[in-house]
Amino acid sequence: MSVDVNTFIGGYPFRHLPHPDPDVLVRVLEREGVSAAWTGHLPSAFHRDPYAGNERLFAALDAYAGALLPTPAIHPAWPKWERRLGEVLGNGAVAIRAYPAQWGLGPHDPAMLELACACGEANVPLLLTTRFEDPRQRHWMDTAGDLSGAAIRAIARSHAKVKVVVTSAGRALVEEVHWGLTPAERARVWWDISWIWGPPSDDLAHLLRTVGGDRFLYGSGWPLRLTQTPKANLQLLPEDASGIELADVAELQHGANDHE
Amino acid sequence: MLAEPSAGRAPLAGPGPLVDIHAHFLHSSSGRADWRAVNDARFRAGERMGITVHVASVLGSWGWTSPIYFPSPRDVSMGNDEMLAIQASESARVRSYVTVNPNDTGHALGEIARLTDRGAVGIKLAASRRADDPLLDPIAEEAARRGLPVLHHIWQHRTREWPNQEISDGVDLGRLAARHPRATFILAHIGGGGDYRHTFPAVEDLSNVYLDISGSGVDRGMLDDALHAVGAGRMLWGCDITMETGLAKLRALEVIGIPAEDMADIRWRNAARIFPRGSLPSLPAPGDESFAKSATGGAVQ
Repeated sequence: MSVDVNTFIGGYPFRHLPHPDPDVLVRVLEREGVSAAWTGHLPSAFHRDPYAGNERLFAALDAYAGALLPTPAIHPAWPKWERRLGEVLGNGAVAIRAYPAQWGLGPHDPAMLELACACGEANVPLLLTTRFEDPRQRHWMDTAGDLSGAAIRAIARSHAKVKVVVTSAGRALVEEVHWGLTPAERARVWWDISWIWGPPSDDLAHLLRTVGGDRFLYGSGWPLRLTQTPKANLQLLPEDASGIELADVAELQHGANDHE
Repeated sequence: MLAEPSAGRAPLAGPGPLVDIHAHFLHSSSGRADWRAVNDARFRAGERMGITVHVASVLGSWGWTSPIYFPSPRDVSMGNDEMLAIQASESARVRSYVTVNPNDTGHALGEIARLTDRGAVGIKLAASRRADDPLLDPIAEEAARRGLPVLHHIWQHRTREWPNQEISDGVDLGRLAARHPRATFILAHIGGGGDYRHTFPAVEDLSNVYLDISGSGVDRGMLDDALHAVGAGRMLWGCDITMETGLAKLRALEVIGIPAEDMADIRWRNAARIFPRGSLPSLPAPGDESFAKSATGGAVQ
């Protein structure tokens, strides 16, 4: 049916997650009728150096090739990150994750823009996470804050070939970024639907009508969030929006697969 | 106009009664031009899911002429009238809470009497006064006397003050519930923000506190922990302002594998028990032979 672009394996530092393991994720995807998932290593978002997490990710997903597609993290302010990028692309990464808010990289940080350009040149999507938890429940040590619209806009403007996928954004952030870009820049940004509200506010329906289905991707936020939510949201769309198709992930993955 | 997407299709939430005990409606004085579309969207999604009854409240003018959580007496009455008007026009599927601001104690008690006489089935307390404040005692006493459950807005673990509301958490509500063991309290939206894991031990020993599982929060583990803390017999299904998360939680409960009887409790049977007898339309009444038998029909397929 679809690819879930917003999944992880591994634990979360601020609360217990039940069974954040790849074999469980594969069963969940099968249950939900989802054919594959872009999967990252959740602890790496909070590590200063994500490379050990990347190694764990590739090793953990090796037995689930085709179902769990690795999305390792690259820290662009860490020495020799370009070499690491080449390695993970060679190992079959379908997208590159970065966590500028968690890594203390501001909205116009040159290192983030360099990574965006490198991903653009490599024709591989750059995958950004707006938030992991509702801001109202965060641990007192979790001070990173949400990914800002300014950061996303700067990345979208950084390179003509950049492809940015933003997960866990709500309607306000989507609209702030989308309508703050030129048509050519907007075409470089995709959003997952995991944190966009359904009825009665019908934010998802509104965005599909105004921004367009071709800018949105299926995503859940597993193992942090219930994987049943995005499907429920799509099923509750009003009739005029229910026929709007989401973007085809295969088009995004096309360039990434060329590196294998 | 209200769409009718559910015609001829099985309800997404499966067969059997389903009571949303935490719903809201807007009205023409809410300061929003799209108020009718939002209300219609709730009914549209409710039909598609298979919601039998929306038990709903209106919080004054929704911030237009007085603050949402500190509504003026005039706005409290106006909002309650709007809510009862919706109940009157949608009598087969809508029931009302009486919203009150405990800072105007006399007005609050007057509203409870006025609106209950017109068919309101519960009391809604938001964030006008902390839950353990003595000002809430006469309201809780009146709720117990009339057999009306009290739905109390809750921030799961308040760690500081937030602007424009005097928030309460599970510990605060627990103090009120302990003082009024004959009253029934619904602790609002464990998925509505904050740390729900703080809430569970705060109220697990208070048998007159029920957990409403509504809210935008869909953290994995939330429902398992709620079941462990209070059991299905003290959980109530609801949506609040995100109906897709309500549907997702029903499906998650199915995946957890709770027995059909427990699912029926959460879907509707606990609601039928705590609201005034026979006050929720289209449900078997407690004590009816069908009440127990139909419970198995509540399981999501």
